[in-house]
Amino acid sequence: MKKNVALFVVLVLILVSVVPLAGCGSGVTINVFNWGEYMDESLIDEFEKETGIKVNYKTYATNEELLAKMEAGGSSYDVVFPSDYAISEMIKRDMLLELDFNNIPNYKYIDEQFKNTGYDPENKYSVPYFWGTIGILYNTDMVDDPVDSWDILWNPKYKGQILMKKDVRDALGVALKKLGYSMNSTNDNELAEAKEILLEQKPLVNGYYGDEIRDLIANGDAAMGLTYSGDAMDLYWEEFENIAYGVPEEGTNVWYDCMVIPASSKYKKEAEMFINFMLDPDIAFKNSEAVGYASPNTEALKRMKEEYPEVFDLPAYWPDEEILKKSEVYVDLGDYKVKYNEILTQILVN
Amino acid sequence: MMQKAIKRIYMSIVFLFLYAPIIVLIVFSFNKSKSRGQWGGFTFDWYIDLFKDRQIREALYFTILIAVISTLVSTIVGTIAALGISNMTKLGRTIVLNINSLPVLNPDIVTGVALMTLFISMRIELGFVTMLIAHIVFSIPYVILAVLPKLRQMNKHTAEAALDLGATPAYAMRKVIIPEIMPGIISGALIAFTLSIDDFVISFFTAGTSATNLSILIYSMAKRGVKPTINALSTLMFLVVLILMIIINKKNDKGEDIII
Amino acid sequence: MQRRGRGRIAYPYTVWMAIFIVIPLFLILFYSFTEGDIHNIKDLKFSLNSYKKVLEPIYLKVIGNSFVLASISTLICLIIGYPVAMIIANTDVKYRNLLLMLFIVPIWMNFLLRTYAWMSLLSPNGLVNRFLLWVGLPKLEIMPGKGAVLLGMVYNFLPFMILPIYTVLSKIDKHVIEAANDLGGNSVITFMRVILPLSIPGIVSGITMVFLPAVSTFVISGLLGGGKTPLIGDLIEQQFLSSRNWHFGSSLSIILMVMILISMAVMSRIDNSPEEEGRKI
Repeated sequence: MKKNVALFVVLVLILVSVVPLAGCGSGVTINVFNWGEYMDESLIDEFEKETGIKVNYKTYATNEELLAKMEAGGSSYDVVFPSDYAISEMIKRDMLLELDFNNIPNYKYIDEQFKNTGYDPENKYSVPYFWGTIGILYNTDMVDDPVDSWDILWNPKYKGQILMKKDVRDALGVALKKLGYSMNSTNDNELAEAKEILLEQKPLVNGYYGDEIRDLIANGDAAMGLTYSGDAMDLYWEEFENIAYGVPEEGTNVWYDCMVIPASSKYKKEAEMFINFMLDPDIAFKNSEAVGYASPNTEALKRMKEEYPEVFDLPAYWPDEEILKKSEVYVDLGDYKVKYNEILTQILVN
Repeated sequence: MMQKAIKRIYMSIVFLFLYAPIIVLIVFSFNKSKSRGQWGGFTFDWYIDLFKDRQIREALYFTILIAVISTLVSTIVGTIAALGISNMTKLGRTIVLNINSLPVLNPDIVTGVALMTLFISMRIELGFVTMLIAHIVFSIPYVILAVLPKLRQMNKHTAEAALDLGATPAYAMRKVIIPEIMPGIISGALIAFTLSIDDFVISFFTAGTSATNLSILIYSMAKRGVKPTINALSTLMFLVVLILMIIINKKNDKGEDIII
Repeated sequence: MQRRGRGRIAYPYTVWMAIFIVIPLFLILFYSFTEGDIHNIKDLKFSLNSYKKVLEPIYLKVIGNSFVLASISTLICLIIGYPVAMIIANTDVKYRNLLLMLFIVPIWMNFLLRTYAWMSLLSPNGLVNRFLLWVGLPKLEIMPGKGAVLLGMVYNFLPFMILPIYTVLSKIDKHVIEAANDLGGNSVITFMRVILPLSIPGIVSGITMVFLPAVSTFVISGLLGGGKTPLIGDLIEQQFLSSRNWHFGSSLSIILMVMILISMAVMSRIDNSPEEEGRKI
């Protein structure tokens, strides 16, 4: 029996030694913490080869998780990719370092419309990475009405065929927008109304999910669901012909994911080199091609227009200008987000 | 005869239930389409990608390394502790065993958060070491609980006889006690290894940025879709485990229980 | 004297326990009774607010749901698992370990992945329903819903019910059963009067090992239940991972712990020798 244990340990040790440890060696290692499936990872090898800086690349699942991990402390991060409202909270709470744009010359490729934004009004902390919207992903075989309003998510005809996002901001934001209020409302009465219509909607809803919605819709499990535009793009690139994406005319949420350097960073200069590298026209194009979202990088966008002109007709890639004007970027709600969380819990439990 | 057939059918149904999702995972690791539940044709691509994906490589490395080290450490420490505990006074034993069973009884999430709080308040940077410590913390109690019953079943006089016959305590330990409690030690080690490989919650809270494991990776991928590469990896790991188990089982022809 | 001396080799582990088991739990207890910025210990004030919050009807409902679902799934595990354990215990010794391993091996496949696989099987247009449709049977509509959550729990924790019951059953002296049969007991009577009472320690430990992880589980309800029945585990996770309310998360954890400890105390009363078998894995 002892022999068996020894055999087992030896086998495992062999297995361990066969797998080489990434990120070993001398020199600087920067910690890059990104959303899952949100970067062409071969670019990291390219960066390492070009600069000699090692990259420790890890992924997370939500803005809230990133904030929770940064707030808990105990780790240093060099480049992270939060969205707009998370950035404003980070700025407010001194969780970020100011960028030195002398080290990021490629910033010139960022389109002007992505500068001087609400979440980083003086462009001191963030460099945009990708942007997109939320909207309704639907199966054209199962939905015969036009998908151009949030009302369709409340249409009794589709009882048991609707998927809602479990995300606090998205679920409540859509209800507020349907009622004609701001998606960033901090008005108790407006939120009470939103809660009411979400409870009304509940019998129609098949389930409340995260990003599983994309697969469920693709699989024909439900007729429509709330998703990020990128989910629609994924299915587009995979050539799902009966799946489409609609952005309601009432307007929606437009989000910007950016690169920032957290205050815990030990290698600010190297982190800036990484950001600069990601903005290089070639690299940004390759990344945009792999990830499938729209890039704020003018050069990358130009190349995308040359190579894939057809995607610019898709609302998932390039939403209508008029709708964008009516759309909103989430802002940090401060302490009011407790209220949002409670409402969502109440909707799910009741 | 009839009874035997019913037994067979019953067991088959239970096994079908246990293995259905695993068969699905294995089948979909050969699926061309990236979406779950949609068959896009047969492919080996995900298995090739597996060796190119640095995130998966790294997560696999940490998963196995931590499982091996934490199993070794917790088996040794746990066995020694069990030997000590079985010789304690009744009061001491009750107190120690009750505290010892806390990580077993506590929900993982409470253990994970509690340990993270401890590390952060002690200003220890989260990473490989903290994750390893956490795995050892939750593994030792299981080893102790697996070894103790065997110590109780053991005939106390055998060890005393060995000592009377002139064996040194170390020699008696090696030649008499350890072989006697070996099944308990092995089952403790197996439980520790299994828990470590499969752990998500506790690792998630104690890993920090410099370490990771497969569960954490899969969780972070869930947001934007789990890659089929992960299915491919799981299939490979599953086959390795299965083959290993069958080999161990074949060699262990004495028919002794090695799991429990 | 020698025995007392050998007790000492457990001392290093008691120190380890104090640092890594006792102190962290005190930290959680501390957070549950305070309010304020968690990084500024000086700013933390004593407060019962997070416990008051736990008592709000909505959270009580979540806690109630968790206990009900965990109890039902434990019962189902017992009903399915007991016969399995009996069959294994009566199998030829040669094949027993193989059978046992076949129950252990699925645990080695990542838990999240297995749950995702169940989604592909059970979803409205999933593999099971496509199969039923193909055979001409009506659709199975359990996902999303409580049925699917129960299935997920039973699936994940069934091996933990089978193993301890098997251990106890395999140790029952075969002669006892033969004697019972010789004395004229039919198989039902033998089972009720002899086998079942002797296997109680295994049942108690199986119930414990299924109920504990089931009551604090998360993710399963989110994926298989469509998020419509959040459980206490989901709530705790949410406090630490998204709402960032450590105080509320801590008090939920403490409440969960206390309730688990109470259930354990009740269980060990049923079992005559809790120290001997009840906690054995």
